[in-house]
Amino acid sequence: MAVIRDMMSAFELFQPANVEDAAALLREHGEQAWVMAGGLDSFDWFKDRVKRPSVVVDLGGIDALKGIESTADGLEIGAMTPLTDIVRHPDIRERYGLLQQAAELVASPQIRNQGTIGGNNSQDTRCWYYRDGWTCYRAGGNICYADTPTSMNREHAIFGADRCVAVNPSDTAPALIALDAQMVVQTAGGERVMDAADYFIGPSIDITRMTVLEPGDLLAAVRIPSTWAGATFYFEKVRDRQVWDFPLVNVATALRVSGSTIEDARVVVNGVAPYPMRLTAVEGALRGGSRDEATAERAGELAVRGARALRHNGYKIPLMRNLVKRSIRAEA
Amino acid sequence: MADIEITEAADPGVSRRNFIKGVIAAGAAVGSANYMFRGAGSIFAQPTSPGAVERLITITVNGQQRRVDVMRQETLATTLRYKLGLTGTKIGCDRSECGACTVLIDEVPHYSCSILTHSVRGRSVRTIEGLAAEDGTLHPVQQAIVNEQGFQCAFCMSGYVMAAVGYLQDNPNPSRADLAHGLSGNLCRCADYNKILNTMEQAAENMRQA
Repeated sequence: MAVIRDMMSAFELFQPANVEDAAALLREHGEQAWVMAGGLDSFDWFKDRVKRPSVVVDLGGIDALKGIESTADGLEIGAMTPLTDIVRHPDIRERYGLLQQAAELVASPQIRNQGTIGGNNSQDTRCWYYRDGWTCYRAGGNICYADTPTSMNREHAIFGADRCVAVNPSDTAPALIALDAQMVVQTAGGERVMDAADYFIGPSIDITRMTVLEPGDLLAAVRIPSTWAGATFYFEKVRDRQVWDFPLVNVATALRVSGSTIEDARVVVNGVAPYPMRLTAVEGALRGGSRDEATAERAGELAVRGARALRHNGYKIPLMRNLVKRSIRAEA
Repeated sequence: MADIEITEAADPGVSRRNFIKGVIAAGAAVGSANYMFRGAGSIFAQPTSPGAVERLITITVNGQQRRVDVMRQETLATTLRYKLGLTGTKIGCDRSECGACTVLIDEVPHYSCSILTHSVRGRSVRTIEGLAAEDGTLHPVQQAIVNEQGFQCAFCMSGYVMAAVGYLQDNPNPSRADLAHGLSGNLCRCADYNKILNTMEQAAENMRQA
């Protein structure tokens, strides 16, 4: 049994009932405010007393941020929609199975009942040096504890490292990017809509954040266009334990296949870089090719070109290569 | 708050006895305030912002309205066990990694160690204490455990039972593999998984017949 280290530090709690009130609270409290969705990631930080915000704005009471609606061109999913609702939604199961498969592989049933699509995409990295409260680059310091000759870095990055070698842990993020989803972000200046791929940032843009969200911003919804509805999907997540665990590597692939020809493709991998990685070079090579073993083999080789392993995560290179290969050749 | 009480107690015409009682009450209030409000002076402010929460709230637990004084950062597991005396809910890891604290919120299984008590206002909480009927008749899942002796040390049992009740209400006809998937958010350190699944298959059968 883990040592229960007293309770979380005290904070002032706000549970606004609508987006306007939430936005006003975030403007008022600025950097002091912690935005909480399902709370699974937040409570880890609070209980370890590594993050001690004085104000927590809990979005759980905002009904407008929950639910899945059909739009003229696809679906709009409120950021506070629990993952279980996504897994069970008939339209998502039927037409956007990639997202359903990804959501169903997140953590455990109870966590999916509470964890939200917005939270799953906005959660912080799992690098334990960082989460244990070490003053690394990401925490505002000037060293990476995961990238020294003696570091334990089996779960860390093989791409996109820039001082920090932590990876993005989300399962639904690569699925959303592969579906060409868009993120709807509420900022002080109004609503911003961006491609899901642009929602995630690496350390070269801001080493302390995983997403574009700045203090005061809220992720309000995810829009999925019908572009990839009913396409050929493949999602696979490799992890140490079959429940709870974050991905070591996962892959989300969407293919438009006509006969044996791949007309278009999206291949996105997570767990290998500080952000979910869309493999545009692989997609380009797949377009117009035939869906066979040779194409899959080539896609796998292309996927890991430029990968750079740390001391303990060399296995991620063949793992990623094989996952990409498998995602192309798999029969629907 | 303490100042006002002292002023009132010191008012001329107040008996010596009441004066002393007033001072004691004020002292107790100051003492507990230090304990309960530490590190958050702003909590003394009146709730004016939209979305501000009050400490004294009513939550629905096992069909009863329970009035309870809840800190902002308090988890439901803490409130259930240490404020409401419902110690059937266990705290194992306190990190949403073991399932021992599972309760039903609006009939959906949640880890009570990882949800704020303030988040269940207006929702219905059901714990292991709320399963048996008024006359003591066990819930079909509980009866299956008695019949099958599915658990060894049973520290994880109440969490498993709540997860199973929630799961079986949605999926009355699960295969063994479905059950394993549905109950995968709970750990048993005695590693009694096969017997637990036997028990839960029996539980599903009991629930279908109930």
